[in-house]
Amino acid sequence: MSGSGLALPWPWLCASLCEEAWQELLKWNGWGYNDSKFTFNKKGQAEFTDCHDDVLRIVDLACKHNVCIIPFGGGTSVSSALECPEDEKRTIISLDTSQMSRILWIDEKNLTAHVEAGITGQDLEKQLLESGYCTGHEPDSMEFSTLGGWVATRASGMKKNIYGNIEDLVVHLKVVTPKGIVEKSCQGPRMSTGPDIYHFIMGSEGTLGVVTEVTIKIRPVPEYQKYGSVVFPNFERGVACLREVARQRCAPASIRLMDNAQFQFGHALKPQVASIFTSFLDGLKKFYITKFKGFDPNQLCVATLLFEGDREKVLQHEKQVYDIAAKFGGLAAGEDNGQRGYMLTFVIAYLRDLGMDYYLIGESFETSVPWDRVLDLCRNVKERIVRECKERGVQFPPLSTCRVTQTYDAGACVYFYFAFNYRGISDPVHVYEEIEFAAREEILANGGSLSHHHGVGKLRKQWLKDSISHVGIGMLQSVKNYIDPNNIFGSRNLL
Amino acid sequence: MKCYSPVIYRSLIPCKPSALKNMVLQSDQLQYVIRQISLESGESLDVVQDQATEILDEMGQNLNLAAIRMFALTLSKIFKRLFRKVCVNEEGIQRLAQAIQDHPVVLLPSHRSYVDFLMMSYILYTYDLALPVIAAGMDFMGMKIVGELLRMSGAFFMRRTFRGNKLYWAVFAEYVKTMLRNGYAPVEFFLEGQRSRTCKTLAPKFGLLSVVMEPFFKGEVFDTHLVPVSISYERVLEESLYAYELLGVPKPKESTSGLIKARKILSDDFGSIHIFFGEPMSLRSLASGKLNRSQYNLIPRHLSQRPSEEMHTFISDVAYKVELQQIANMVLSPGVLIAAILLQNVPSLNFSLLVDKTIWLKDLTEAFGGCLEWPDNMSASKVVLASVDLHSNLMRIADGEVVLFENGPNDVLTEEKVFTRAITLLMCASYRNQMVNTYARPALVVLACNMAPSSSRDDVSRTFYFLRSLFSKEFIFFPGLEEKDFEEGSFLLSKCDIVHLTPLEIVLTKNGESAAMFLVRMFQPFLEGYQLAFMHLANEVTGSLTEKQYISGMRSFVTRRILAGDSQCYEALSSDMQKNTLASFMHLGIMKVEKSIDAAIFTVDKQAMADVEGKLGLQMPIMKIPVPRL
Ligand SMILES: Cc1cc2nc3c(=O)[nH]c(=O)nc-3n(C[C@H](O)[C@H](O)[C@H](O)COP(=O)(O)OP(=O)(O)OC[C@H]3O[C@@H](n4cnc5c(N)ncnc54)[C@H](O)[C@@H]3O)c2cc1C
Repeated sequence: MSGSGLALPWPWLCASLCEEAWQELLKWNGWGYNDSKFTFNKKGQAEFTDCHDDVLRIVDLACKHNVCIIPFGGGTSVSSALECPEDEKRTIISLDTSQMSRILWIDEKNLTAHVEAGITGQDLEKQLLESGYCTGHEPDSMEFSTLGGWVATRASGMKKNIYGNIEDLVVHLKVVTPKGIVEKSCQGPRMSTGPDIYHFIMGSEGTLGVVTEVTIKIRPVPEYQKYGSVVFPNFERGVACLREVARQRCAPASIRLMDNAQFQFGHALKPQVASIFTSFLDGLKKFYITKFKGFDPNQLCVATLLFEGDREKVLQHEKQVYDIAAKFGGLAAGEDNGQRGYMLTFVIAYLRDLGMDYYLIGESFETSVPWDRVLDLCRNVKERIVRECKERGVQFPPLSTCRVTQTYDAGACVYFYFAFNYRGISDPVHVYEEIEFAAREEILANGGSLSHHHGVGKLRKQWLKDSISHVGIGMLQSVKNYIDPNNIFGSRNLL
Repeated sequence: MKCYSPVIYRSLIPCKPSALKNMVLQSDQLQYVIRQISLESGESLDVVQDQATEILDEMGQNLNLAAIRMFALTLSKIFKRLFRKVCVNEEGIQRLAQAIQDHPVVLLPSHRSYVDFLMMSYILYTYDLALPVIAAGMDFMGMKIVGELLRMSGAFFMRRTFRGNKLYWAVFAEYVKTMLRNGYAPVEFFLEGQRSRTCKTLAPKFGLLSVVMEPFFKGEVFDTHLVPVSISYERVLEESLYAYELLGVPKPKESTSGLIKARKILSDDFGSIHIFFGEPMSLRSLASGKLNRSQYNLIPRHLSQRPSEEMHTFISDVAYKVELQQIANMVLSPGVLIAAILLQNVPSLNFSLLVDKTIWLKDLTEAFGGCLEWPDNMSASKVVLASVDLHSNLMRIADGEVVLFENGPNDVLTEEKVFTRAITLLMCASYRNQMVNTYARPALVVLACNMAPSSSRDDVSRTFYFLRSLFSKEFIFFPGLEEKDFEEGSFLLSKCDIVHLTPLEIVLTKNGESAAMFLVRMFQPFLEGYQLAFMHLANEVTGSLTEKQYISGMRSFVTRRILAGDSQCYEALSSDMQKNTLASFMHLGIMKVEKSIDAAIFTVDKQAMADVEGKLGLQMPIMKIPVPRL
């Protein structure tokens, strides 16, 4: 579970950081279920920087005085990446990048933009839009998460089918490490110059240095956007359809498939949230009552779609996808439902914060898995969650649902949402953690990966060795030892 | 008419047998093998595909409700004539019903008789449970009517030997797995692989077990539940048939008329049957922490993968665990006790003595954890009398004596007489054998006390370990846990005041003398049988031999010794024991095997024999086997 929360307005605190402000900051960071683990042994010092050179100076000072640095982007990490290691005895600097938020230049010939790493996704898109461009990188957390955070965690955006994931978008990186600056000398679109050094940085989770500037690909803002939705008689058919769409490589900007339990869910939430579910459900009901009576409401599942591009091409594309869906028993269920579905996605992402008032504790986690194992993995993980809850005395059946959120040539990204009512349980957080642990174990046993985009952080460290082999760990370790022998970037993520 | 609407697996996607067959034939697994075979053999794909279809048709079950009703009706009539009663643990049935709803289920009954799987289907039908699909031996299909009926009630058939026939195995394995994945019906097969002719639980076979585990290992099902079932017969239908078979007399081929000619059988009384459905074992729980399922992550799941060492150990452990459960839940009838006592008192014993000893043995058996069926409302002598009556083909009462066979003072032993006595004694042994596994641990501790050079724990335990590994094919021990077995054996003995345990020593007590003697004599036939086999190999075998040669050599060697009055060990004539000695001696390194295409050739390692000789309690060449007297 994350030690840092969401929706943190805390950069505002930067103005004058007195002792009190620190306390405040700590509190914000302890916004998850865990109490803050931020510890400051000596007098805590916070640094806010506004450019690359400042970062250089800070890192230099930190090295000189053996102070630990944890880079802080938007604070949306869900892998405990920002938690301070409990046994860290040095002073820890939380290096907030939020003021490094300028677009330095836009290169329209090459369609790239050079941007400071602290910019949030929302600001980046807003500012690019002024020039008629976008990056198209839209993680669900884009309101708060930052460019540097994306690079540091290997993030993935909703519309990766058109724009690619962060590793496809990055053209150039500038990184300040204890050993000096890492960057390449040109912006060639592809290179054969040994293993790509940027790939040491992407996914380094703040353990090697601070990403200060990024050159990222940009695209003209698309002329036309259209939502859509398809109802399938059951989840199996839906997955089969997504597989076929991936096989034909005609996935729209986004295509997501939720299981039955997910869109039926909605009670136990705050009324204003529940109403989103209700309107989604009602919207669907109108469809399946009037149009497809044959569907079992307890079986059917919904795919939401987002098309982008020239109007004409979008319409053509749309037809192609709906034709494929029809082969799998899928029926188009309207634009509105598509849009509501995406809203729902967004709502569910914040589940844990919405449910707390109702004795509800919950979280989401993700994985990637080859196509042939998608169904088995989904079934087994959901079932495992239900059983683990039962074994631990959870009184009501938990919410245990999943969604396929991304398609690839060779597999898919699957998201699980799980929440339970903790009435009568003395230590819900502990129970929650045990169940999440079991669920991850189940994912790995079923051929799923440790993470598709959330990263390893400290939450999933124990599995990394089995995931990438001990030689692999050694490779990462030796890079770390070379770049940061004194462990200045001491967040202890990954290794 | 009974309305049959069984509980079914909750995620079952209902489908017809024909659809099921299609699923099997079109599966990636099978298609892959078919393509491979076509490439290797040069046959066209279509030809191989047709062969696969043919194989599937041959073994495929063909569930038919009308047939089931008729089948149940007939069976209930037959069973009513044969057996006095059939007892089923109903809480076991309830557990099973729950398991069937939640998970794919594999039924693993003990196998003593052909009646086993008729009985299983009948019971499940009667309790409104889904009929199992049964991996049954092909020889059953030869019985025209019964075979077809069985098929319509869900049995599917496999050839006894299909080693080397890749296509057959692929079709078969896929068929079983498809059944499980869909939760179509419980799958049933026998871990022992065949009916145990000796009524002693046979060492498990792993092939089918690994097939039914695979869908779980590969994540295709969430869990699979294994249900050990113990079927105990007061009298086994095939008892005399088995004795003949063990002595090498070819058995008549099974055929319907053969079974019906068993008219005689139909008018006979076979006592009662106990069926105990054990606690379902969750494969998931069994595997938890022991097995890393991610080893299947890197290869497409339709390719078969050689099981890892870890996997092998796991499968074997589970197999033994299931069999030990079967054994623990067996119900022993008074006849079992009587047979054990009579075997130590050949050829006859005074009736009232027999009653006394039976009561004594009943208590001991219960103390050792055996589960007895003993009518409380009858006097002991009535119970014994009824039991002797039931087994009248084996024993009879004359002049207050219970007699196994006549042995006049002037009788000359002939080879023919040896044979007929052997038949009686082997049948008798098959009853004693039903409880031999319950006794194995304490009895081997007592044997070890007698054979060890001193009474120190070290010496006794070392001797115990040797005996345990010597008899590892003969009795069922959980792999590896020899220390635990020793401790438990010793504990049971001390609980019954048969041994006295001190921190350093194990000493037989005065009080327990007769009990200790009884245990030693119960296991004497096994020890002596192995000693005889050893002597035969040491003295009469040079060069190499096949299993067949070994068995006939043993048979004539043992017969000679019995005729000469040097041995009373009729059980050493049993081919089952002979095969076990072979396996055990290979395990001990005394024999080596070389497998060629059509036969396995064994050679004796005389060097290694010298090592084992002393441990076996043999001082060659002059042999004196200590025969304890009661
Ligand atoms: C509701 C919700 C939805 C989400 N949806 C998505 C999604 O769709 N796709 C996705 O990929 N992720 C998603 N995430 C996860 C999270 O948003 C990503 O991991 C994101 O990339 C983190 O960015 P951040 O700026 O918030 O980094 P932080 O959370 O502040 O930090 C994450 C890690 O990166 C390091 N780091 C941050 N900035 C820098 C820098 N400039 N230089 C070096 N290291 C740095 C930190 O030290 C830390 O280890 C979601 C999270 C939430 C809460």
